[in-house]
Amino acid sequence: MDINDLRGLGSVFALIAMLAIFWWAYGSSRKKRFDEDARIPFLDDDDDQQIDKDRSK
Amino acid sequence: MSTAIDHPEYNYKVVRQFAIMTVVWGIVGMAVGVLIAAQLAWPQLNFDTPWLSFGRLRPLHTNGVIFAFGGSALFATSYYIVQRTTRTRLFSDTLASFTFWGWNTVIVLAVITLPMGLTSTKEYAELEWPIDILVALVWVSYVVNFLGTLAVRKEKHIYVANWFFAAFMIMIAILYIGNNLAIPVSLTKSYSIWPGTIDAMIQWWWGHNAVGFFLTAGFLGIMYYFVPKQAGRPVYSYRLSIVHFWALISIYVWAGAHHLHYSALPDWAQTAGMAMSLILLAPSWGGMINGMMTLSGAWHKLRNDPILRFLVVSLSFYGMSTFEGPMMSIKTVNALSHDTDWTIGHVHSGALGWVAMVSIGALYHLIPIMFNRKAGEMHSIGLINVHFWLATIGTVLYIAAMWVNGIMQGLMWRAVNDDGTLTYSFVESVEASHPGYVVRVLGGAVFLTGMLIMAYNVYMTVRAAKKENAAAVPAQA
Repeated sequence: MDINDLRGLGSVFALIAMLAIFWWAYGSSRKKRFDEDARIPFLDDDDDQQIDKDRSK
Repeated sequence: MSTAIDHPEYNYKVVRQFAIMTVVWGIVGMAVGVLIAAQLAWPQLNFDTPWLSFGRLRPLHTNGVIFAFGGSALFATSYYIVQRTTRTRLFSDTLASFTFWGWNTVIVLAVITLPMGLTSTKEYAELEWPIDILVALVWVSYVVNFLGTLAVRKEKHIYVANWFFAAFMIMIAILYIGNNLAIPVSLTKSYSIWPGTIDAMIQWWWGHNAVGFFLTAGFLGIMYYFVPKQAGRPVYSYRLSIVHFWALISIYVWAGAHHLHYSALPDWAQTAGMAMSLILLAPSWGGMINGMMTLSGAWHKLRNDPILRFLVVSLSFYGMSTFEGPMMSIKTVNALSHDTDWTIGHVHSGALGWVAMVSIGALYHLIPIMFNRKAGEMHSIGLINVHFWLATIGTVLYIAAMWVNGIMQGLMWRAVNDDGTLTYSFVESVEASHPGYVVRVLGGAVFLTGMLIMAYNVYMTVRAAKKENAAAVPAQA
């Protein structure tokens, strides 16, 4: 086994990792949590007028 | 959706400081850009003064717009987003303050040393070693503060924008330090430790990731927060954003070799760089579509919201330049485009159209909040609209002029007569480029005018907000 086999294995590993990410992201059991995660920026909609005490310094 | 959420008081001071400095450094960096564009059209504008010459001011322009303007925008938005999406105050106020003053000291030192001609000559890494050390210290503080905030977060999930920010700052730390390793011979002069072709490869490993991570991943972090926020709806597909993130960061690092086509770099490395650049189209467009489709069903909002228009048009320019980039990385296309103005046009469709416009949109959303107003509640919405059109027209003028110039230069340089001699001398191609250079000055000046209008709008917003706040809380101060 020479260095080029290792390089080939590296490509195969990268492909498997990428497919695993697709599987993880698109698995139906995780759909609900990702939909909820997408709402994180809106959790604090009410705070947009937060009084900032540092400001008057 | 409108339930009040418990969170500590956020550190908005550092966000406010960086947000204001984004506008200031944007004007400075772009003004230098307009000056050197004018020098290319009318060379006597260097007034025979060494420190006003193109070679010294050009790195000042690139450092100014990338690191001073773009950097300040990234600091402001990342500090803002990480606090809001983790419901946690910044890990350390001291480090935050150090990053603000440290970063601005770096910029001031750049403004002094680059016109003096002190440079390490590496593109986007021109600053000499003592300044590099300060950059490294500031950057590591930034990384510690950001990751530290994530570590003590109150929100279980780390929102995708923070992933992009984290990847951006970690990669920049590694590549900036790696590329700038040098042996100092005096306080103001050093030599790279990397020899010959390896130096070139390391340089463009850094150089292209200044684009891929600083100017792309970081600003995608901005996109993933501010587009949903301004549109009032969650991102089109959170699952696509996950695939987008991992694909983008794992491919971008390999693309840099396309800057060294037909050079002494081994052929296989050039081809690998080209292949990776082509693959990059997929995650780039995946992200662009994800941002665009967030407006699906709400396109009407574009009609009366110029802030949203800034954000969405920035994505159009992002899509355009990330199609153009892979195309230009193809060796046969590169044979035509390399060393021509086409490259400059490509960079500016990304820099003005994508980076600047997405930052401007985010700032118009964020600055009012920093002064106790509602998101996007600027002094004048009409002036934001004027700014939007100036920015769009300026960018289009700029890139169209450079496309015409670039392709013309490429064709003129390669034209040969029947007997094998060159059809045109170099200076004939320079002369033919003159109209394009004039149009570029015009485009840049139009874009800069928009920034000046923004500065006025910000000033008036801050002034009005201060009066309101003084009236609201008379007992303080």
